[in-house]
Amino acid sequence: MSLLSCQKTSVERGGRAVVSDISLDIQAGQLIGLIGPNGAGKSTLLRALAGVCKTSSGEVELLGQAIETYSPAQRAQKLAWLAQSGPINWPLSVERLIALGRTPHQSAWQKSTSTDQNVIERVLTETDCQSLRHRDATSLSGGERARVLLARALVSEPSLLLADEPVAALDLAHQLQTMELLRRYAQGEQSCLVVMHDLSLAARYCDQLILMDEGKMVASGTCNEVLTVETLRTVYGVEAEIGTGDIPWVLPKHLL
Amino acid sequence: MKTLPIALSALLIALFFLSLSIGPEPISLWRSMLDLWRGEETIQAVILSEIRLPRALIGVFAGATLGLCGAAMQGLLRNPLASPGLVGSSSGAALFAICFLYFYSGTTGTLLLPAAGMAGALGATVLVYALAGSQASITTLILAGVAINALATALMSLLLNLAPSPYAVRELVLWTLGDLSDRSMQDFWLMLGPTLVGWAMLIGIGNKLSALTLGEETASTLGINTNQLRWRVFIAVALAVGSCVATTGMIGFIGLAIPHMLRPLVSHDPARLLPASALGGATMLLAADIVVRLVPTDSPLKVGVVTALVGAPFFLHLVLRSRREYL
Repeated sequence: MSLLSCQKTSVERGGRAVVSDISLDIQAGQLIGLIGPNGAGKSTLLRALAGVCKTSSGEVELLGQAIETYSPAQRAQKLAWLAQSGPINWPLSVERLIALGRTPHQSAWQKSTSTDQNVIERVLTETDCQSLRHRDATSLSGGERARVLLARALVSEPSLLLADEPVAALDLAHQLQTMELLRRYAQGEQSCLVVMHDLSLAARYCDQLILMDEGKMVASGTCNEVLTVETLRTVYGVEAEIGTGDIPWVLPKHLL
Repeated sequence: MKTLPIALSALLIALFFLSLSIGPEPISLWRSMLDLWRGEETIQAVILSEIRLPRALIGVFAGATLGLCGAAMQGLLRNPLASPGLVGSSSGAALFAICFLYFYSGTTGTLLLPAAGMAGALGATVLVYALAGSQASITTLILAGVAINALATALMSLLLNLAPSPYAVRELVLWTLGDLSDRSMQDFWLMLGPTLVGWAMLIGIGNKLSALTLGEETASTLGINTNQLRWRVFIAVALAVGSCVATTGMIGFIGLAIPHMLRPLVSHDPARLLPASALGGATMLLAADIVVRLVPTDSPLKVGVVTALVGAPFFLHLVLRSRREYL
């Protein structure tokens, strides 16, 4: 089943195409890594798919229907977006902040139901945020904050999670924990599209990779297909060694 | 969790009856209410129903409006320094009301004064919005608000400058200070309609304001139409604050200080802050209006002066506290 697809999608900013002619199709049960150098247009593509910024051309379909046909609330129930560095404007408690992710499932008046509460408890545990729950969300460290904001996105229980660098600020243990969490999440009816820079983690956990450079899709497919010494040379300008095995790895050796 | 609204409501009710029982003429509140109930038009019944009741009612509704709109604006703009007047509604209302007083002073058009205030508030708000553009960032909106406020203040100064007599100047200045005295039930009914429409428009925005804590972009992916929310809050604030300013003059600091003061007591949650600030605003304005009547001064003290006098030290306290936090 196709969760989200886009055909020849482009995004312009200041008259320049930041994303051009991207076509992709995200099937259910997939963890897809979106990789590429800085400024490749990864975040912009994610924002366009999330409906945060406008596309200049191309069709985006969510669950087989044009995304414009969904009301904002309907779309929010299916699709969650985790910003790269989203603001936290008031010093809410971590628990309350995470509960905001349930907004798409609540009417204006509804207080949180027991379903809401159960989901929140489960996600608090999964993201290892139980010990933070009473902390002031604005006083967290970068990594703690990233985990809390990921939890906020997960409690929406979206069919598709669009996550922009969810592991960038995390320590080693939490990187593994988060990737395993996303791996478990992207099963059955649910999928994740994750922007990441750590190619070893991407190769290890993702079903598919999409490599972008200068707004265009350079390669897509399984990790073995996308991550080759040749593509790392042309796209990143780096001479790298690639280990394939039970745990794949990418080791950048030197600049070209 | 429910103790704060209950405590504020109890305080508000107590102050309401205290406000009814205070005035230059010593009347028994109980006796006058009894007379009113029996329909006897005794002097004490008339004082209660024609002088003190409108004053207290206007105090409650104007105070609640200022608190509520302040909380809504701070939530919308996610800025603790936002006030209901930020997008021009207060100064727009004051400018139009002063224009009206200036050109039609002495005419018996009491109905037209609030109407002029409302028109000014709505006009200024639409102007700010048009100036900033519909996709404006918060900073652009605030800048547009500052510009329109400055323009309105300048035009008010011009009117004062050109006023024909010192007496007219005095009348205009006193009017801008903010006052609840000598208001009639007719004034109250005129204010009530637009005020309630404004309040009604703000019903149900709590969750949306809470979601805005995560920023406008994330809030939009949570299913919130942020553009529509802006319009809704701006128009609601223009209607409610416009009608209040047209009735009471400019009463400062309540809209700014009350949400600020109550925020820690509602765990900083923008949704819970709305009803708390409405109750808090009404309480503070009633209390200030009681102080005005208890302090003996030669010329009557204006309530807007008292709220400003209380508000300024409060902000000093906030400054000192935040300095300690960052040290």
